[in-house]
Amino acid sequence: MLPEISRSMLKNSLVLALFAAVTVAVVAITQQSTESRIIEAERAAQIRTLGEILPAYSYDNALLDNVIALNEPLLGHRAETPAYLATLAGQPAAVILQASAPDGYSGTISLLIGIMADGTLSGVRVIHHKETPGLGDRIELAKSPWIKSFDGKSLSNPAQRGWAVKKDQGDFDQFAGATITPRAVVAAVHKALQYFDQHHAELFAQLNTAQVKP
Amino acid sequence: MSTSFREITINGLWKNNPGLVQLLGLCPLLGTSNSTVNALGLGIATALVLICSNAAVSLIRNTVTNAVRLPVFVMIIAALTTCIELLMQAFTYELFQILGIFIPLITTNCIILGRAEAFAAKNSMLSASYDGLMMGIGFGLVLVAIGATRELLGTGMLFTNMHLLFGSIAEHWQIVVFENYKGFLLAILPPGAFLVLGLLIALKNWIDQLYAERIANTVTVSAPVVSRRVRVTGVVE
Repeated sequence: MLPEISRSMLKNSLVLALFAAVTVAVVAITQQSTESRIIEAERAAQIRTLGEILPAYSYDNALLDNVIALNEPLLGHRAETPAYLATLAGQPAAVILQASAPDGYSGTISLLIGIMADGTLSGVRVIHHKETPGLGDRIELAKSPWIKSFDGKSLSNPAQRGWAVKKDQGDFDQFAGATITPRAVVAAVHKALQYFDQHHAELFAQLNTAQVKP
Repeated sequence: MSTSFREITINGLWKNNPGLVQLLGLCPLLGTSNSTVNALGLGIATALVLICSNAAVSLIRNTVTNAVRLPVFVMIIAALTTCIELLMQAFTYELFQILGIFIPLITTNCIILGRAEAFAAKNSMLSASYDGLMMGIGFGLVLVAIGATRELLGTGMLFTNMHLLFGSIAEHWQIVVFENYKGFLLAILPPGAFLVLGLLIALKNWIDQLYAERIANTVTVSAPVVSRRVRVTGVVE
């Protein structure tokens, strides 16, 4: 016969183990039954974001199935980062790049940049930043339409010198009380355009292989 | 030991309100109350976990020994929170992304373990679930009150982005209360949460005080009668 203390220890451990098993089972069942819906919701959210910078009529392929991985210092990448290739009737239409501006006022600003095949910007959105609320956060579309001032711009429009904020004799507005944030965003977009200019042939070549695969 | 439903209701919504009186779960209360939709989302999630955990804890209250009581409660609460987190991810994905870390943090919300320990472990399943519902609503109401106040003061609008929670029907629920409002940043920033919560607590205490004074007044009116009777009985004795 076990002494009193060992018996209560045994009993308590069994109770704990039983509850651990039951709670794990409950979580596992929930996870199983929601898994496909969560993947669907994630994809829908991604498509919504991509659709904001690339008008639906400008491409007809499934962007999320034409993803390539880039690790490009010019775009501020520190690891493999996805880029999306868009085609219209089989022809290259646009590319959506993720770029990081490392020199924001408080940390890195992550951008999604859509560039049409002819080198014009279809749109830019900030996907993540830690800039000061009320000052630097006007790079968000929800706070200010500033980010739309990139629409339709390209490497030659404005020319090299214009790719800066007005304080630096460029073409883009800065915000009252916040110059560093828009300066970082303008520089990052400019670099992305330069990258596209040098590498677009190579990017769209990967498109063909990506398309053949499925 | 059982408490009447009326008493549970009054306790959860007013007398023992988790947000205004017990001051439990302040971290999510202050962190997510910068807009009505965030506040409502977290309020509903917390209330759901609270109801389910109270029900579950009450069900097992006689089978679990005292020694392992707390670890078992924590396991139940963590499992329920994870389930709610997965469900929110599946059905309200964008809101889930905004609320972020505050959803898993429901596990550590003191209200939930507090109610499990103080109420659910000693009461029937029905009153425990009802207590969870009332405490949840009490917490949610405070959250939404702070959220709406901060949104209104900060942006001049109400019910922005409600479609994150209610789908496309809520697309146009946004109300612009003040046209051409410049915005009052302090209300949206974390200090605004403390200020609004402080004002709400003050308001509640003020109402309680007014109520107490009114009762005291009615007592004073009848006081002479009472005291005379007391004296009379004294004489008789």
